[in-house]
Amino acid sequence: MHVPDGFLNAPTSVATGAVAAACIAVALRKAREELDERTAPLAGLTAAFVFAGQMINFPVGIGTSGHLMGGALAAVLVGPWTAVLVLSVVLMVQSLLFADGGLTALGTNITLIGITTVVAGWLVTRAVLALLPKRPGSVVPAAALGAFVSVPVAAAVFVVLFAAGGEANLPFGPLLATMLGWHLLIGIGEALITGLTVSAVVAVRPDLVYAARGLRPALQLRQADGTLIPAPAGPGPSASGTPRASLRGLLIGGGLMAALIAGALSFLASASPDGLERVAESEGFADSAREHTFGNFSLAEYGEIGGIPVGLAGLVGVVITAGIAVVVFRFVRRRAARQQNVST
Amino acid sequence: MSSAHSHLLYRHGDSLLHRLPAHAKVLALVGFMLVVVATPRERFLAFAGYAALLAVVAVVAAVPVRFIVTRMVVEVPFVVFALLLPVISGGPRVDVLGLSLSEDGLLAGWNILAKGTLGVVAAILLAATTDARALLIGLQRLRLPARLVEIAAFMVRYADVVISDMQRMRIARESRGFQGRHLGHLRVVAQSAGALFIRSYERGERVHLAMLSRGYTGAMPLVDDAPVAPAAWATVATLPVGAAVLAVASGWLA
Repeated sequence: MHVPDGFLNAPTSVATGAVAAACIAVALRKAREELDERTAPLAGLTAAFVFAGQMINFPVGIGTSGHLMGGALAAVLVGPWTAVLVLSVVLMVQSLLFADGGLTALGTNITLIGITTVVAGWLVTRAVLALLPKRPGSVVPAAALGAFVSVPVAAAVFVVLFAAGGEANLPFGPLLATMLGWHLLIGIGEALITGLTVSAVVAVRPDLVYAARGLRPALQLRQADGTLIPAPAGPGPSASGTPRASLRGLLIGGGLMAALIAGALSFLASASPDGLERVAESEGFADSAREHTFGNFSLAEYGEIGGIPVGLAGLVGVVITAGIAVVVFRFVRRRAARQQNVST
Repeated sequence: MSSAHSHLLYRHGDSLLHRLPAHAKVLALVGFMLVVVATPRERFLAFAGYAALLAVVAVVAAVPVRFIVTRMVVEVPFVVFALLLPVISGGPRVDVLGLSLSEDGLLAGWNILAKGTLGVVAAILLAATTDARALLIGLQRLRLPARLVEIAAFMVRYADVVISDMQRMRIARESRGFQGRHLGHLRVVAQSAGALFIRSYERGERVHLAMLSRGYTGAMPLVDDAPVAPAAWATVATLPVGAAVLAVASGWLA
């Protein structure tokens, strides 16, 4: 379910294709630093993993299920440059062998899903990691937040592309608000599964997690007389146990983040109600836009394009979305608590 | 890995289209789709012509209509979006069957529907007549960066392995009574995903070592670089050239 042919006009498709090609060229060069000459087999197997991972459906609540997009997850696991290659290859194969995503829209899809999510997810992950204690376990909340932000950022980039070269005349402000509203919700799902997956990998093979490199404490050897000396450099298992992420913590953190962004959005939103965004949000974009990641948050900058301010409808959409999220959180928390009682 | 040389959409056959070199087909398809996407949406005749062109291709490739139609489901979300556009778009409105619809939205919806459908059908025809191995060789001949093609080759080759790994995990989960009913079960699924990543990555490491032991130096040799016969180029060129002629001709008519 990627962008098909004809969604964006030819110049935009060609332009995003050029952007994608340039980014892949840079990524090819830089990925050597991440994986050296093992790039091909390891990135190939990671691409197969992402491809398979996109098939894992997880319940989102209220009767719907979502699946992983994987940009932020791949960036955290194998490094951002390799992740760009991996996602690009997945999208290319999906387009050529599975008719999923238009051929002329391949550049657009790579720009949105292969580059924007990876870059946004990676930058946020790095920023959060800089604030957290230097432990492998810190990667988990950082990856979750990165994944959460990567989804609305890609949706925003999509809206900007659609405004520039879209084949339909939709008002920019409400479209952006609707897309952001929905993708904040989708981002929560992406964040949960990314965080929990990274948590599972970090618990078993912290050395495999690219973002956790340099976070592991140096291995120390205890001498016969009881003194500790630093171990000689070389591969070896991490000494410290890694804390597991709590689902509850992730949910509360994600909820706070959503509330924060929703708050900022509604603050930026201004007047002018119309029914457009309700319709779009209850039917159209939920299905058609599920897969796009987001790139840019400078809503204030775009709020006035075409003389259309971000409408009250956008505000309503965001509040409704936040409301749904709260209900889902409650439900999940209760379930989680019940489950804990059962399992202990 | 018996399935490594075919894939979901591949339909075994020996038509003219099956025999054409993959990179020529990919180029022809991209050319065709660029013409389609660039065609102004009001030239309805041109779109009918494109559809007829694809129908001819389908007949030549001996791909039945049913095969194509059942595989067009990937398009459904965008059909919903296209049908919605007349309702939510701005601009002057017209009454159709008692509904007030946006004129611009009707055209925009038609535009997405027509171009998207043509794109999906064209991609299905390519996938149905090109097996994965031929496509990878084709990408190599298109001078795509060798490393990118190698990554794609490994992905295509091991996707089945990784997916069946994943299915075994699912069967293991379900045979222990697991049902993914709500968000609280996400941890279990995510742990499987984590385990799947570790398995895939470690498989990649083993594959790499096995390749090194067989003399891998960092680049795969190009297996098949025979030049394409001019006749083959002429054959594939009929699709984009035909589309371009249609686009121009419909411009004169309009």
